[in-house]
Amino acid sequence: MTTQEAIYKYALRLGDNSLILGHRLSELCSRGPILEEDLALTNISLDMIGRTQALLKYAAEIEGKGKTEDDLAYRRPENNYYNNLITEQPNGDFAHTITRQLFISVFEYLFYSQLEKSKDETLSAIAKKTVKEIKYHMQHATDWTIRLGDGTEESHKRMQKAVNDLWMYTGELFEMDEVDTLLFREGISADLIPIKAQWQNDIKIILIEATLTLPEDSFMQTGSKQGIHTENLGHILAEMQYLQRAYPDAKW
Amino acid sequence: MSLDSQFDLWEVFIQSKSGQPYVHAGSIHACDNKMAMQNARDTYTRRGEGTSIWVMPSKYIVASNPDDNEMLFDPANDKVYRHPTFYVMPEGAKNI
Amino acid sequence: MYNEHSDAHFQMRIDKGEHIEAKDYMPENYRKHLIRQISQHANSEVIGMQPEGNWITRAPSLRAKQILLAKIQDEGGHGLYLYCAAETLGVSRVELIENLHEGKAKYSNIFNYPALNWADIGAIGWLVDGAAIVNQVSLQRTSYGPYSRAMVRICKEESFHQRQGYEIMAKMMKGTKDQQAMAQDAMNRWWWPALMMFGPHDTDSPHSSDAVKWKIKRETNDELRQKFIDKTIPQAELIGLKVPDGKIKLNEKTGHYTIGEINWEEFYRVIAGHGPCNKQRMEHHIKFHEEGAWVRKAAVAHKQKHLKKELQTV
Ligand SMILES: [Fe+2]
Ligand SMILES: [Fe+2]
Repeated sequence: MTTQEAIYKYALRLGDNSLILGHRLSELCSRGPILEEDLALTNISLDMIGRTQALLKYAAEIEGKGKTEDDLAYRRPENNYYNNLITEQPNGDFAHTITRQLFISVFEYLFYSQLEKSKDETLSAIAKKTVKEIKYHMQHATDWTIRLGDGTEESHKRMQKAVNDLWMYTGELFEMDEVDTLLFREGISADLIPIKAQWQNDIKIILIEATLTLPEDSFMQTGSKQGIHTENLGHILAEMQYLQRAYPDAKW
Repeated sequence: MSLDSQFDLWEVFIQSKSGQPYVHAGSIHACDNKMAMQNARDTYTRRGEGTSIWVMPSKYIVASNPDDNEMLFDPANDKVYRHPTFYVMPEGAKNI
Repeated sequence: MYNEHSDAHFQMRIDKGEHIEAKDYMPENYRKHLIRQISQHANSEVIGMQPEGNWITRAPSLRAKQILLAKIQDEGGHGLYLYCAAETLGVSRVELIENLHEGKAKYSNIFNYPALNWADIGAIGWLVDGAAIVNQVSLQRTSYGPYSRAMVRICKEESFHQRQGYEIMAKMMKGTKDQQAMAQDAMNRWWWPALMMFGPHDTDSPHSSDAVKWKIKRETNDELRQKFIDKTIPQAELIGLKVPDGKIKLNEKTGHYTIGEINWEEFYRVIAGHGPCNKQRMEHHIKFHEEGAWVRKAAVAHKQKHLKKELQTV
């Protein structure tokens, strides 16, 4: 694998993560627990889709086949998608939405803070913009986690269930494959090993404040870095890509 | 009596640029301080309208009673000496 | 001295062009009329999120997805501003939502129509927001201060809504045969309902006269509808869309278009609950309102537990 090929794959992965999570959050429009929260979730979704645009545009540029970010978003089959499995998990109840957001945004905050130092100027610039956005996402998710965990008996139960349900998708966030290793050696990608320890620590502190417990089960799902997904992704793409697939000659 | 809560009403004040006064932007609902700040941000600064936000629970705003308007505001009408144009300057005076 | 708490004094203030604020004296019917109108307006913004929301997950490009999402978010914001404006009149948002769910408060009929193909997103932005803007621009001068201020903010935000819709329509009319057919199909379905948004003819409108006297409403239904027709027909022609009305004529003398007869039977039928989506829209709103109940309850419970810690103000 050349460095260029690795960067392509790397940008694609990051773009897929924000695309799929941004898409999931966009499903919540008009479904928030209160109008104000509807607006908040939409803002997060918009940040993510904006980030997707930058990342997939860069991936398309590196690939050099004259594709656009939309070609990449709307014309790839699911096994060419590399988003983490956690991003494609259903919104579920608000506890699941918030827990998924907490796990991912704490990770992304640590991750993009590292990526700011990337020798790749484009990735570094995207990371700098992203860190600011994610700081807010993380704050939002943390506050809700604490409110709901330490709220009523029902909300506590729902939060603990969400934490337990989503836990097995968190291991994958820290997997390093040859793309990561190659780019790390060249000072382009972030090292996920120290991020893992930091993430576990940060999550633990938040969960304790929320009176929630860290699951003991250490079994972790894996697959997305090879393009193997849960059944959810196929449905997301069937919906998302519908117009582009049904009318391949049309411009929108 | 309904059991539902839509949280409390808060007033939002936005400063558009540093040095500018805080101007009432509108209201939001929120349950606590942090939520109020976030909701104000998500509702009223989506187009780059602000550099700083104040939020406060609406119930703590004390508003003047319109019945008192004459008592409160009319007495200021005849205090013309508070305005610079009240004073006669000698012809040709500059920078004053 | 005159009585500041008299209807005559109130009307004198209105006639002078003054704004009425929350604590000012107002006739009970003025207050009632405002609560009804503002809450109906707020409900419309919020229910209006649904037909467009139907296409967010299928928006055909990243750009389109962002635009649509931001647009629908704006509508949610408009609902929020308006609910808050209504609250200044002494009703709570809890009551306003209850009234909506119990059918005591209405929302705009237009959102009882379905968004069936992607061009509907264009048609809604161009025609529905276009019609709404005509009304809203006029309402910026409405006599009730909080309502007027909300409308000023809303109009500022609305300015991109109609343009993004028209852009979609124009793009599709320049596109493939399929796209053109979708655009015309959307035009055919949304044109007449958009005209109905202005309400019945002035001669048949039950609330108009008081609302005009009190300057809540600054122009009549028919005046506003005519404005919309006059500006929209040339826009349709420019991009090659046919207006689905064989009777349209431009009156050279007045510069106004005359149109065929609006199907008022359909209008009243949909208001009475028999539109394509009345039931669906309300069920959606109730469902997610109810699903959010445990969240709201938890937030309140959490705050109460931690009152001291935050030196809570509420
Ligand atoms: Fe609106
Ligand atoms: Fe709009």
